Amino acid sequence: MIELNGVCKTFKVAKRNAGFREAAKSLFKREYTLINALSDVSFKIGDGETVGYIGPNGAGKSSTIKVMCGVLVPDSGECVIDGLVPWRKRKEHVRRIGAVFGQRSQLWWDVPVIDSLELIRDIYSVGEAEYKRTLSELVELLDIKDIIKTPARQLSLGQRMRCEIAASLIHSPKTLFLDEPTIGLDAVSKLAVRKFIKSINKSRGTTVILTTHDMQDIEAITDRIILIGRGRILLDGPLYELKGKGSEGKTIVIEYSGGGLPEIEGLTAVEDSGSHAKIAVDTALISVSEAIAAISSSVEIIDLSVSGQTVEELVASLYREFRI
Amino acid sequence: MKRFNLSKAPVGMKKYLSFFKIRFIAGLSYRSAAWAGVFTQFGWGFMTVLMFKAFYESSPESFPILFSSLSSYIWLQQALLAMFMFWFFDGEIFDSITSGGIAYELCRPCGLYAMWFVKNMAARLSNAALRSVPILLVAVFLPKPYGISPPDGILSAVLFLISLILGFLVLIAMSMLIYISAIYTLSSAGVRILATSAVEFLSGAIIPIPFFPDGLRAVIELTPFAAMQSTPFLIYSGHIDGDKAVFLIGVQLVWLAALGLFGVFAMSRALKRVTVQGG
Amino acid sequence: MRLYFKYLRMLVRSQLEYRESFIMTLLGQFLVSFSAFLGIYFILMRFHTVRDYTFPEILICFSSVLASFSLAECFARGFDAFPRLIKSGSLDRILLRPRGVAFQVLTSNLELSRAGRLLQAIFMLIYAVPRCGVVWTADKIATLAVMIAGGVLVFTALFILYAGFSFFTIEGLEFMNLFTDGVREFGQYPLSIYGEGVLKLFTYVIPVALFQYYPFLYLVGRSDDKRLALLPILGAVFILPCSLFFRLGLRRYKSTGS
Repeated sequence: MIELNGVCKTFKVAKRNAGFREAAKSLFKREYTLINALSDVSFKIGDGETVGYIGPNGAGKSSTIKVMCGVLVPDSGECVIDGLVPWRKRKEHVRRIGAVFGQRSQLWWDVPVIDSLELIRDIYSVGEAEYKRTLSELVELLDIKDIIKTPARQLSLGQRMRCEIAASLIHSPKTLFLDEPTIGLDAVSKLAVRKFIKSINKSRGTTVILTTHDMQDIEAITDRIILIGRGRILLDGPLYELKGKGSEGKTIVIEYSGGGLPEIEGLTAVEDSGSHAKIAVDTALISVSEAIAAISSSVEIIDLSVSGQTVEELVASLYREFRI
Repeated sequence: MKRFNLSKAPVGMKKYLSFFKIRFIAGLSYRSAAWAGVFTQFGWGFMTVLMFKAFYESSPESFPILFSSLSSYIWLQQALLAMFMFWFFDGEIFDSITSGGIAYELCRPCGLYAMWFVKNMAARLSNAALRSVPILLVAVFLPKPYGISPPDGILSAVLFLISLILGFLVLIAMSMLIYISAIYTLSSAGVRILATSAVEFLSGAIIPIPFFPDGLRAVIELTPFAAMQSTPFLIYSGHIDGDKAVFLIGVQLVWLAALGLFGVFAMSRALKRVTVQGG
Repeated sequence: MRLYFKYLRMLVRSQLEYRESFIMTLLGQFLVSFSAFLGIYFILMRFHTVRDYTFPEILICFSSVLASFSLAECFARGFDAFPRLIKSGSLDRILLRPRGVAFQVLTSNLELSRAGRLLQAIFMLIYAVPRCGVVWTADKIATLAVMIAGGVLVFTALFILYAGFSFFTIEGLEFMNLFTDGVREFGQYPLSIYGEGVLKLFTYVIPVALFQYYPFLYLVGRSDDKRLALLPILGAVFILPCSLFFRLGLRRYKSTGS
């Protein structure tokens, strides 16, 4: 159980202006601006939930994660995770959490992965029997049997990420924080990582908190979305509810020849080259089948596809809506 | 292939100047680094003066140089450390060599030798500019003979300035050879380590050259090592003057020409190898 | 402790992966301290003694300081390289592990190649030990050992202090070099040659003289007071305020996150 209540955090950042004179001036005097990284952030996350924590760069995502991990102490507000305040009982708290940072490695770079895993076992004082059990489970699920004897620096990004995840789960944490776990991965590795996270959530009941810019991660893994912008929580709810919000539009993409596109209320040509067009359909005014019928009556359709709004577009429209 | 011919590279001074300016401003923005440097170098100079004072008091007759001249030498050395420390290399240049990024550098319309030369000058000068003034200011007000005294008249001041500029250029021309050797060997660590220890010692950065045994000293004075910091600092302090100063400035000129020409030649050869290997 | 050795084994294995650069750094460290030695040699060829100390005596002093420094640099390298740990974000990872922060920093890095200086120190000792006029009884050998051990702890404390400062300023850290590299360089000579003021500074503020100068007096027979040989132990207490300062910095880090 994770509970944040009115968490606030302000940072002081030095200002720097362009030019020689300004640079010389700043030798003696420096100006600062205050940035509200987090203002009044509150939410509750129950055991076993999967939560996508999203927002544009600099919105306060990683500050929140840092607070929940006990790395950052907020200026005010409460944060209680399973009965502990993270930064007061650091050692006890971190024993119960695991963290994967997509852009940073926790494996020792030059030694085989298995050695890193064994050291992590000792750091967390995991018993031998439990270690063996967890390890064999992780090795199988993540399919890393053949690579754990290789030094981390020789692994591909996808292989390394799977090992990173294994390293974060050796001590069977109750809560798993994932910060952009699929960044830079190829399609196959992405799918494998997503599938694994989902399954570990199902089988162990691990609470998963995920920050990412990849909306397919969100769709594949999480049930709930928390949107943060400029340090404030803007939206908090189940993914399907959010999806419902934005499903009023469809897009038709056609390859065609001859004639011009029809001008009907509810149809807007977003792109049109004379042979290729992207048409937005406002389903409140006209149904998709009516639209297709109307288009095919005025032009020769060679190829056609219909798509709904993707989560990607949805989030982009949310960012626009909240002006963040 | 034409573009890689360094001798025909277009030399518009303006781009080097603006390059210099950017590097300089970047250096200026590290304000606490500059203050910390001033403090460190002042402390270092202070301890060095005290150390030589102990030797002076133990046996003044063995002292090869006036104590006040030595003090001037030490304070100049500390104030201008950033200009003359040989071990200060530009990591970016080494990175571009080992990663093969040097191929992109070749696409810019600048002579690579000249560009690296200016880059190094700018980095060193911007560091030294900030640090030298406060150190010299304090050193001027230290009681005689522990502080820095003004040069003996206009002539030695002029000779010092000429020699300082030449010494700085000789040092950079020498460090260019290290970069160039990295193009040949790709891993430069070995050469760098050997060269740094040797150059630092022989150029009088550890102990001033007048303190070397006499036979060795006479030889070293004619090498490019002494042509770096030792000659200008000793001219300033009045230890070297008159004809000898003019002669040693001549030595500096000869070495600058020799190292520069050799560097340009070695570089164009090295770059041909790069282009032949396809990066 | 068992965990410490596990870490050590891991770090040694990592280093062996880069044999070439390891040997190069080793050589470099050796050469740098060799040129310092050459400097002393040239100067003492000219002056023979400084404030009555002879060349072999100075070498004893220099080599014990150099040995302490290089051992501290090998094993407490984690603190010495701490600014990088902050910059790269590895400190956050350390905070995510259920072990002491200082312990993890200590074990984050080990630089065996720094022992190049140790090699130089050993050579100098081999040269100076029979020539400095000391009768090497058990208590003199013990004194030298205590000097070196005390030095390791004081240098380690200085590295911890350095790491502590890096919480407040990274670019301004250079001033600490005066107390780490500076002590190594100027500790070549018994600290008393620099005069009363400097000796006091390095006795009461930064306890370098406690392992370098006072026990050295007893070692070379310039004082008969055996208590001087125990002063390095007192000097080692310096590690306490330094650790406290490090903790202070860590608390600040947690409230600013940078």
